[in-house]
Amino acid sequence: MSQTAAHSLRAQSQVLAGKLPPVLAQAHHLAATIQLGTHGRRRAGRGDEFWQYRPAQPGDARRTIDWRRSARADQHYVQDKEWQAAQTVWFWVDAGHSMQFSSTDTGPTKAHAAQVVALALAILLVRAGERVGLIGQTQLPPAGGELQIERMALSMVQPPTAPPEYETPHLRGIPRYGRLVLLSDFLTDLPPLITEIDQANGAGLSGAMVQMLDPQEIDFPFRGRIIFESMQRSFQHETRQAGALRATYAARLAERQQALHDLARRTGWQFRTARSDASLAQELLWVSQAIERRAK
Amino acid sequence: MTTIAGIGFSAPWLLLALLALPVIWILLRAVPPAPLRAVFPAVTLLLGLDDKDSTADRTPWWLLVLRCLAVALLILAFAGPVLNPDRNAQSGTRILILTDASWASAADWDERTARIERALDRAESNGQLVKIVALSAVKPGQELPGFASAIVWRENLPNIRPAAWAPSEEQMQALADSLPDETTTLWLSDGLARTGRAALYRALSTRGPVRIVQSDKSVTAMMPARFDEGEVVLSARRSISGVEQVLGLRVIGPGPSGLQRSLASGQITFGMDDTDAETRLELPAEMRNRVERIVLDDIASAGAVALVGDGLRRREVAILGNRADREGLRLLSGKHYLNSALAPSVDLMSGAFADVLPANPDVIILDDVAKIAPGEAKDIEAWVERGGLLIRFAGPQMAATTVNVGQDDTLLPVRLRAGGRSIGGAMSWGEPRKLAPFKADTPFYGLPLPQDIQVRAQVLAQPGPDLSARTLASLADGTPLITRKYLGAGQIVLFHVTANAEWSNLPLSGLFVSMLERLSVAGRSQNADSRITNEGLWRAQALLDGFGTVMAEPPLPIVDGAKLAGTPPGPENPPGIYANEGRFYAHNVLTAQSRITPVTWPLSAQISSLVAAPLRSLKGPLLVAALVLLMLDALVSMALAGRITRIRPQPATQALVLVISLGLTIASAPADGRAQAADELALAATSQTVLAHVLTGNPDVDRVARAGLIGLSDTLFARTSIEPADPIGIDLERDELALFPMLYWPVTPDQTLPSATAYARLNTYLRSGGLILFDTRDAGRNALGAGSTNGAKLQALALPLEIPPLEPVPKDHVLTRSFYLMQSFPGRFDTPIWVEAAPPGAVQAEGMPFRNLNDNVTPVVIGGNDWAAAWAVDESGRWLLPVGRGAAGERQREFALRFGVNLIMHVLTGNYKSDQVHVPALLDRLGQ
Repeated sequence: MSQTAAHSLRAQSQVLAGKLPPVLAQAHHLAATIQLGTHGRRRAGRGDEFWQYRPAQPGDARRTIDWRRSARADQHYVQDKEWQAAQTVWFWVDAGHSMQFSSTDTGPTKAHAAQVVALALAILLVRAGERVGLIGQTQLPPAGGELQIERMALSMVQPPTAPPEYETPHLRGIPRYGRLVLLSDFLTDLPPLITEIDQANGAGLSGAMVQMLDPQEIDFPFRGRIIFESMQRSFQHETRQAGALRATYAARLAERQQALHDLARRTGWQFRTARSDASLAQELLWVSQAIERRAK
Repeated sequence: MTTIAGIGFSAPWLLLALLALPVIWILLRAVPPAPLRAVFPAVTLLLGLDDKDSTADRTPWWLLVLRCLAVALLILAFAGPVLNPDRNAQSGTRILILTDASWASAADWDERTARIERALDRAESNGQLVKIVALSAVKPGQELPGFASAIVWRENLPNIRPAAWAPSEEQMQALADSLPDETTTLWLSDGLARTGRAALYRALSTRGPVRIVQSDKSVTAMMPARFDEGEVVLSARRSISGVEQVLGLRVIGPGPSGLQRSLASGQITFGMDDTDAETRLELPAEMRNRVERIVLDDIASAGAVALVGDGLRRREVAILGNRADREGLRLLSGKHYLNSALAPSVDLMSGAFADVLPANPDVIILDDVAKIAPGEAKDIEAWVERGGLLIRFAGPQMAATTVNVGQDDTLLPVRLRAGGRSIGGAMSWGEPRKLAPFKADTPFYGLPLPQDIQVRAQVLAQPGPDLSARTLASLADGTPLITRKYLGAGQIVLFHVTANAEWSNLPLSGLFVSMLERLSVAGRSQNADSRITNEGLWRAQALLDGFGTVMAEPPLPIVDGAKLAGTPPGPENPPGIYANEGRFYAHNVLTAQSRITPVTWPLSAQISSLVAAPLRSLKGPLLVAALVLLMLDALVSMALAGRITRIRPQPATQALVLVISLGLTIASAPADGRAQAADELALAATSQTVLAHVLTGNPDVDRVARAGLIGLSDTLFARTSIEPADPIGIDLERDELALFPMLYWPVTPDQTLPSATAYARLNTYLRSGGLILFDTRDAGRNALGAGSTNGAKLQALALPLEIPPLEPVPKDHVLTRSFYLMQSFPGRFDTPIWVEAAPPGAVQAEGMPFRNLNDNVTPVVIGGNDWAAAWAVDESGRWLLPVGRGAAGERQREFALRFGVNLIMHVLTGNYKSDQVHVPALLDRLGQ
């Protein structure tokens, strides 16, 4: 590796490292507000928690017999533990350009808010013994542990190469029975998204969708003659009376949210809209519960 | 310049652009507001949406109005609008510029000159011929200069100056008679009514158009001062009432050094509707006699000056008689006649020679005093030679005396023959004599001679070669009645009759008073004007020019009294001070009877104001207004376009807010900063006991002083209940002193003396119980000053301070026992120190080793022991500087610290330790 390349790599990594801690710290901070229970499987299996006593059957190892329980009866009993298996939760955080939008100079971008929620949830899950993975532009195979969190943070912060204006998740090839958390503004074309989610549902994947929107995108506080542009200016719309569009816009947004709701209801997923400037703790609580809800 | 609605335009054709306004309106209306580009990811939701209203989002009409207004203002601004354009074109080929050039026009002469210059400019550019006539300078019968080009007149303009008088009717008539056939007239009038003015106006208006220019301001003039009941009455008059006006006035005369100066000043207040105002000044007689003129402030006009001749002068006259006044004969005493004649106009005094002469009166009148002691005679002679006027009256005593008869007496104008003579009495043949008419060269010339005056007795003069020259008045038979002799600068006058009606009825007549007046014994009475008419020629001593300046440059005219008093001032008798025989007559611009009333011009007259409203270009204000409107438009447009929103403040508005708040901060910061610093100092100084030292500006000394006070503070902290905080360096010019119980002031030769205010605060500090420890730091070399530089500096520093008498610390001073018992007060050196001296009467208290001493803290302690150096510690608490050698040195340092402790104890507890003197008394009481 040439000297300059090494330098530039180092500089880059420092830039990344510089950016990482705030997101991670914020996520840690956020995660500290919620205590998750472990996901018991409600059936006997490998685990630490007591599940039930059952009469010993042939084939049970002698050392599995619970002598204390057996002493009170004529039978031998074996203590079953509740099956505790690590779940895999896949995160998809929209990395499209549209997520880089923030209506105020100081407020967080949608991407930032989404990343914080995702990381905080990941921290919670990892703490609860689950495995988390990342899909999207940068894939991260599922794993547990503190290191995985950092890897995730790194992958999320790292700017993707040539991101699209609006991103649609690709959910094929994800192992079955996983959980999915999709964080996006869902401003992309709906049909491909529906297809993807339907497919994922068919593959036994369930999950939650969080639509992260900027306050401006919710309130539409525009008036007068305005040319609206997307982040990359690939879409433009000129209006002479932006104020008059507000109602229509709100209707369209509601329509889209309804469509996503319907999709969620149909597939058993969860859907919620979040404001990027609001408290993220609520979102985190909701998402964490949304994942569990399916597990019940 | 084109004028529209009172506003002139330098480029009027530009106004045509206003026609384009409707076009601009339509264009602005057609063009929708510029679109705003907004980044908005949710644009996907908007795609395909159509505006409900297909027409453009119109610019609101009021914004259009705003813009059109701004454009209109721009057009107007560039058309060069001028307020108050000069519209007074002057027509005709010949211009007569007429100026009154009177005292009343002097006050605003510059404006008048400027106005004439403008007229000349215009005449020059129009190629008109000009003639300028100053009315007050017109000499009847003398030809006026002809018309000439404006250039000639411009050179001559500075020579046209206002006169101190007003143009007379003859002068105006003379001008009216010599007018050319056809002329345009510009008349710069002073605005006062005057006979002859209407006639002149008529004459002028037959020759061509007349434009009259006069000031809108009132003409204010000072009336002659009067003397009334011990006060000087000053009155002023103005031509136009209607506003309340307060004018300052100054009374001017020679000061003690002989130079002209303002002796007194006052104010004169015109009520709203008054044209006359009066004020009264009470001046001491001595000052009143010196008053030469009274001047209204800020009005440069001869009218604003009231000259004072003898009018206010009150001579001091001493009347001395030889007889003790006898009861019942008072009315027969000559003194009574003199008193009656003189009392209204002079200040009288009486007494013995020895009492009167030191008062240096102007006049001494001796009523029948024959014998004067030789020593007194010498004094009187000296007094006369200095300029005194000695008037003697004859009488029985003088007639009876044999002393000096037939000899020259210095104090008599003539030699007297022994015995008097009496005419018309029972023992004589002759008739009582009448007075002969006064000769022309005597001061009495011109006085009316009443026929009923009779002289029955007189003393006779020895004939001599100079008798006739010395005779001022004689009887019909030629015997001298009044004689006079000059002696040095003064004169001696002898009335050969008594001052009472015994020998003649002269003292009963009005002539007697007039004679005394002429002899300048009596001051002029108020209505004296009529009397000077027949008093011969008066020579001007000083003249007033039109601006009210007093000049004494030749040629000074000599004017007949009749002309002086009878006619108002003119070129022949200009205002000024005139003198005749030592009397002074103030010929004022105005007499008490003069009225000043504004002129009433015929209705047809074209009158304009002298001070034309200045040309004001309106371009700037219009441009600014347009700019403001455009900025407003920009703001409104931004708001309309949604660029100014709550959600996303634009950098521009942020910057604006920043600039404004920054400006406010900067504006309010300095005052706050200083006050805050003072507050912090006060807080630091008062929350704990703090020792303070004066910052000398010498960094080493200041550092040692601070270190020394830290060392002392530490010692106090360790040993006593005084627990001082860190010491503070004091800037005498800035810091409040009252907060500190003690100031340590090291003296350096190069420190600057505190300012007067700082000294004032130091004195307040000392008075209110503060203590300053002066340390010359030079081992007290040459006890207190004298010699050492620091000592000299200490003297300079302490000179303005209120320092009581000092003494070396006595053995029983409270400093010797306020905490430690000690008798010497060493620092790095050990020399005596000085404190406030004990009161002289202090006695040793009974049964006590010390006296009952003064009850307060000494305000200063002065010494040269360099205490701070002995006390000084560094940051780690080690001694900073060595003291002495070895153990003895350390002991000296210990005593230095003890002195510090004692001093601070003394400062804080006063003479508490001295209260032991009361112990016996207290014990006594307890015992009972």
